Amino acid sequence: MGALQSLPGQPQYADLAEKTGFSYDQIGVLHKRFNQLSHNEETLRRDHFNDIPDLACNPIRSQIIEAFFDRRNFRQNGEGTVDEIGFEQFLVVMSHFKPPSLHITDDQREKIRKEKLRFIFNMHDTDNDGTITLEEYRHVVEELLSLSETLEKNTAKSIADAAMLEVASISMGHMEPDEFYEGITFEHFLKLLAEFEIESRMNIRFLKMDTTTLCK
Amino acid sequence: MAVLLRPPRRSCSRITALLVRSACVLFLVVVCAASAARRDAVEGNNDTSHHPLTNSTAHKKKPFPVLSFNYDHVRKPFEISLWILLALLMKLGFHIIPTVSTVVPESCLLIFVGLLVGGIIKAIGEEAPILDSKLFFLYLLPPIILDAGYFLPIRAFTENMGTILVFAVVGTLWNAFFIGGMMYGVCQIEGAKLADVDLLSCLLFGSIISAVDPVAVLAVFEEIHINELLHILVFGESLLNDAVTVVLYHLFKEFSHAGTVTVVDAVLGVVCFLVVSLGGVLVGAIYGLLGAFTSRFTSHTRVIEPLFVFLYSYMAYLSAEVFHLSGIMSLIACGVMMRPYVEANISHKSYTTIKYFLKMWSSVSETLIFIFLGVSTVAGPHAWNWTFVVSTVVLCLVSRVLGVIGLTFIINKFRIVKLTKKDQFIVAYGGLRGAIAFSLGFLLTNSEMKQLFLTAIITVIFFTVFVQGMTIRPLVELLAVKRKKENKGSINEEIHTQFLDHLLTGIECICGHYGHHHWKDKLNRFNKAYVKKWLIAGERSTEPQLISFYNKMEMKQAMMLVESGSAAKLPTIVSSVSMQNIQPRGPARRRAIPSISKSREEEIRKILRNNLQKTRQRLRSYSRHDLMLDPFEDLSEVRFRKQRVEMERRMSHYLTVPANRQETPQVRKVCFEPEHQVYTYDDS
Repeated sequence: MGALQSLPGQPQYADLAEKTGFSYDQIGVLHKRFNQLSHNEETLRRDHFNDIPDLACNPIRSQIIEAFFDRRNFRQNGEGTVDEIGFEQFLVVMSHFKPPSLHITDDQREKIRKEKLRFIFNMHDTDNDGTITLEEYRHVVEELLSLSETLEKNTAKSIADAAMLEVASISMGHMEPDEFYEGITFEHFLKLLAEFEIESRMNIRFLKMDTTTLCK
Repeated sequence: MAVLLRPPRRSCSRITALLVRSACVLFLVVVCAASAARRDAVEGNNDTSHHPLTNSTAHKKKPFPVLSFNYDHVRKPFEISLWILLALLMKLGFHIIPTVSTVVPESCLLIFVGLLVGGIIKAIGEEAPILDSKLFFLYLLPPIILDAGYFLPIRAFTENMGTILVFAVVGTLWNAFFIGGMMYGVCQIEGAKLADVDLLSCLLFGSIISAVDPVAVLAVFEEIHINELLHILVFGESLLNDAVTVVLYHLFKEFSHAGTVTVVDAVLGVVCFLVVSLGGVLVGAIYGLLGAFTSRFTSHTRVIEPLFVFLYSYMAYLSAEVFHLSGIMSLIACGVMMRPYVEANISHKSYTTIKYFLKMWSSVSETLIFIFLGVSTVAGPHAWNWTFVVSTVVLCLVSRVLGVIGLTFIINKFRIVKLTKKDQFIVAYGGLRGAIAFSLGFLLTNSEMKQLFLTAIITVIFFTVFVQGMTIRPLVELLAVKRKKENKGSINEEIHTQFLDHLLTGIECICGHYGHHHWKDKLNRFNKAYVKKWLIAGERSTEPQLISFYNKMEMKQAMMLVESGSAAKLPTIVSSVSMQNIQPRGPARRRAIPSISKSREEEIRKILRNNLQKTRQRLRSYSRHDLMLDPFEDLSEVRFRKQRVEMERRMSHYLTVPANRQETPQVRKVCFEPEHQVYTYDDS
């Protein structure tokens, strides 16, 4: 494991660095982690993720793992899921969590914002149809509350219903009693979280990663 | 405010004239009472209120006094109440005159009033009351700090904790030493007549004047509604620099007697700083936990719940002051620690009581502090020295700007959200000095230098509060600084906040990086598993945050609906989207729509409205010892009321009762009499 030198295959890193925006150091560290998770194999599979013990107590574990295998997050306009991923796809998914640099234009900031919100949208929209239906949203809320022992089924449902009502009110404004709100499209999602400031919140500090203190 | 603006201009000016007149009358009363009391005290000292009977043998028998004047008896509480009443009338007056209060911040107006009052008192030849340090630190400061600490936005505070600490500790140290050092240099200038101010006194002065004052910052920033980040940066800094100020002040005070400082003393100073700050926080946390634990058992004595919060916090402050630890940090730690658990335990009414009492006390304290500051300015002996005062003001500004720029340069390397130049400007400009600096200066003992220092301190305070306080609002608008966004309490944002927290924790796990989110998650789990079980009563201890948020929101909405319903008008509808629109449509069914005659509808509406009004009346009577069962305590009650009002609204607009509502909790039903109903079938 410790045989990884500091300058392995610079050309392939250059390519990755340009695609994802990471620096060579960051890519090196992530590569180390990738090898550790996959036990030095070429690809990662779902059960590799399931082996991470700290992830087990996370309520939305399965959705996070699915996000890594979701082709929509690979920035190649693909759809559907895969069963195993290589280091490049791993890196691309991770790049969604890179903090934006200080000097960027407003357009770039908007682009980054949309990208991060798209990632979350894809996590909610599990059946790939481009909208988050009431059922899918209910599922999200149920997962979030899955860790608490005393949970009434109705509470999760009513929270999800109230949230959906809010989205519908914000996006549609006025609806006739027999109209039906299909689901949250990406535009409505953007409008909903307009004030959420996701570009500054959805970030991991990749700078100070020390691979020796890893959770196993 | 809307009600007050409706009467025509004439009566508005009449009201202000009336207020001004009554205020003048009060002035005169105060002054006469004060002088009369003084005369009484001086002359009639030996006259007790009742003659001993043995003395009366040789006296003529006086007729029984029907009306007698005895001011001494109630003098102290009378004067205190009169001062507070005067202060509050002034505050009232400012808000009735709309134009003034938008341009000039309230703190300036209050200091101005204090100057006037002080001037009047001095003109009459009486001795004006001064802002006594004991009064300030023990009675006037704690309510303001508790109010700030209890309602501190925790998320913003902890996210920016590093930045705030750097500004508070390093920034204040830089200010103190820079100002102290440069002032010593200034004092060495020939012809300034300041040769006898030595280095240690200058450093002492620097340490007093360097700290940003929470009272002044709150007073000014409350009115400009700046965005949360900047607000928490400046305000957090003003709170946390108390530890630094306390240590430096005591350090230099000790050494200005001794005369020299050794390296050992400097090291001890650093150790003292750690002890003072961490000790203060520890004391506060202990009292906070005690308070939370006590609140677990108060379900049968709801009336005294707020008192526990206030008393435990005050005890935390006093206990910290006993050991010369930082009382402010102790108070903040107590409030922060107590709040999540206490709020889960206490009734809604107690929560409202706590909120309003804290706001009330801190408002009164703030008003009194500024008025007294004005009075003390006029009263105290002053030693004006142009060089000293002007250089103090200039140096304060310069050191603040340099400090902020330098520290931001370093901090930005570690922050994800960098601080822009605009942010830096606001942070630097918001470094206001206030009454804490004055009180610390007042505690000095050396009379000559004390007057010199006090004059300079007062000038700096006036400069920052008047000049910076008045100009910060137009500057904020000019620079287009981001303002505070409206807190709509959106449930979607709450869901996504939680979602994001878990997502980032998960990604950190996958990365193998023990970061920010990992530790926060661990703390939350520890909190849920152990602490909440001990400190929160009953079932609420296992309630996840999302559910409590949702319940709070429901309660708020329900109360809003009930209140607007009782005002005999139907609630205005923001959007006509309702539950029907989002429920997935089942197979097309024939919906039975009962069409109700107009008179029946009117009857139903009256029944609903009467029930809602009865709730209001029930709430009005209570005894001091036990409150009637609070209808809002039971959440299903709340939901039911909300749905009743919603039904009322829907009836007036759609005239249909939705057929497949499965979510209505079947608590009570409104009975429709069957003979008045006619069914029509909807075959759509």
